[in-house]
Amino acid sequence: MSQRDRGASFLAWLDERLPVAKFLEDQLLKYYAPKNFNFLYFFGSLALLVLVNQLVTGIVLAMHYKPAAELAFDSVEYIMRDVDWGWLLRYLHSTGASLMFVVIYMHMFRGIFYGSFKKPRELLWLFGMVIFVLLMAEAFMGYLLPWGQMSYWGAQVIISLFGAIPVIGEDLATWIRGDYVIADATLNRFFALHVIAVPLAIMGLVVLHLAALRTVGSNNPDGIEIKKNRDLVGIPKDGIPFHPYYTVKDLYVAGLFLTIFAWIVFYSPDMGGLFLEHPNFDPADPMKTPEHIQPVWYFTPFYSILRAIPSKLGGVVGMGSSILVLFLLPWLDRCPVKSIRYRGPLFKIALTAFIISFLGLGVLGTKPVTETYTLMARGFSVIYFSFFLFMPIFSSVEITKEVPLRLTESVLPLAKREGFQWRLIEEGILALQHSPLIESLKGLMSKLRGNHQGR
Amino acid sequence: MKKVLIFLWLCVLPLKSFAETGVELEHADANAFDQLSVIRGAGYYGEYCLACHGLKQIRYSRISKDLKVNETVMRDLILLGDAKIYDVVRSAMPVESAKLAFGVAPPDLSLVTRSRGANWVYTYLKSFYEDSKRPYGVNNALLPNVAMPNVLWELQGPQGAVEERVDGKLKIVGVESRGHGTLTERQFDQVANDLVNFLSYVSEPSILQRVPLGKYVIAFLLFLTYLFYRLKKEYWKDID
Repeated sequence: MSQRDRGASFLAWLDERLPVAKFLEDQLLKYYAPKNFNFLYFFGSLALLVLVNQLVTGIVLAMHYKPAAELAFDSVEYIMRDVDWGWLLRYLHSTGASLMFVVIYMHMFRGIFYGSFKKPRELLWLFGMVIFVLLMAEAFMGYLLPWGQMSYWGAQVIISLFGAIPVIGEDLATWIRGDYVIADATLNRFFALHVIAVPLAIMGLVVLHLAALRTVGSNNPDGIEIKKNRDLVGIPKDGIPFHPYYTVKDLYVAGLFLTIFAWIVFYSPDMGGLFLEHPNFDPADPMKTPEHIQPVWYFTPFYSILRAIPSKLGGVVGMGSSILVLFLLPWLDRCPVKSIRYRGPLFKIALTAFIISFLGLGVLGTKPVTETYTLMARGFSVIYFSFFLFMPIFSSVEITKEVPLRLTESVLPLAKREGFQWRLIEEGILALQHSPLIESLKGLMSKLRGNHQGR
Repeated sequence: MKKVLIFLWLCVLPLKSFAETGVELEHADANAFDQLSVIRGAGYYGEYCLACHGLKQIRYSRISKDLKVNETVMRDLILLGDAKIYDVVRSAMPVESAKLAFGVAPPDLSLVTRSRGANWVYTYLKSFYEDSKRPYGVNNALLPNVAMPNVLWELQGPQGAVEERVDGKLKIVGVESRGHGTLTERQFDQVANDLVNFLSYVSEPSILQRVPLGKYVIAFLLFLTYLFYRLKKEYWKDID
């Protein structure tokens, strides 16, 4: 028997016992995805890539890390110095944590931008939101493990928030910590939750998220259901098989993403104190409160909302509801049109204000509190909540455009876009094209080409 | 509960006031790759700092390997007393005696340039001034009322505080020279810079591996991305 025959017979043997080939065929070859996915559609597969990175590097880090208050900080430095390639593993893990949130925020933005949370994808959105909350828990508990000053005091602030809950609050906070302050017991349980419980839950939910996606099919930049337009054999006319088309495209984008990832890991792993905060290189000291406590950048929008509300309970409720309200999105948005391309100006303005306020809150959360900043944070918080509060109203009265029956471009060309800002950009590009610099460059290029052909 | 409340109150107070001293940080040209400077810095560290400040996260052997200096040279520089080459770098003075002498235990400096920043350390070293109110006769403009004496005094010479009226209050905004030390100002700056470079290296020895490796990894990934791009183009030509 030749090598190839042996391989084939093994696959046949396997196939009789386990539906591997059928599963792959159904999920990859027979899964038809809309053909006009653009840049915003890469973040789902990138999130999976980062998740795998976190799992693999995390497992190796856990082999060297010591989850005890006395040893934790030094064991991280031991990984950074004495473990072969330990520094690389640690930076891959810490950079991966931050990039996970970059990717997830983009993924969620895409969902809102093209209305991917709407019927029939409500459950898909809900699974995604649960994953988001679990990721926040995972990141929060992981951040305690290096046992630096920010690990310690950040956890102290956030867990003490549970104390604001009436009646049971204080007992609940103590129960979570396993002590009256953040201590060895807290570190040990956070380690267990960070490496076992939460990752397991995340992986389970990722399976559900993907299963729900395969059931309803992907949305697209036009917000059209491609399943409504099928050819004679039942294949969506605007669909293409996920494999090989999107597997090769995702591979290419993964390459780009990993290049950026590597640049951060090798040249700027602490990202100027954004990914690894400077005070966290001081070991945790329960007797010394740092001058300025701030969570890592991906929590700062919610942290800003917490600080903007003067009462402690109010702040906790505000922060909690700023996350919970996202769960309600499929029912708050009453507009039948999904994609922003065909929605009215009301939604576009509201979404722009929402994004600005979210980013604004994020920046403010990294700054110490001053009167002006608090005022700004309050303003942004009001906009943040107004977006959801008024959504049932503006989304039901907005004047939408006609949605085409078939898919259009993945990125709308400038000429097709409406609104003065696009005309401005168009004119800017035109002016640039006729600028002396570009003209001379063009001349140079054609000259070079002429020479080349002459030879 | 009370503690937590006080703590939360502290969180929302404008905490800047604790940090603000009015002294602007000077720019240290921190470079852990300047091998000669890092070696000189190790020597100054052994001479002026190691008595009180340990570097417990690093071993002498690692320094020796990374800086390519043998044990004999290490003995001249920083490997003092009966310390062995595979030991971690510990301070000469036991913590308890240091506490008695200074009131606080001198901190370990393994990660000081990562937590405070290289510029901060550089400015701190240069910001001591004479102050008769302090036990050692010196104070620091960047870190007021610090317990540490000015160990580099002999090299630098005496310095005085420069005060300015800010919002009606007299504030120390810097220091100025009030006499000569054994080094010129430029030479002294170099000493401070050598120390900063050494500490930058100690805070992250892996930087010597990390940075040189980066370009190869990125070049490889770019090449891989290019291949994937061509593959994508090939597959997608009948769709686009």
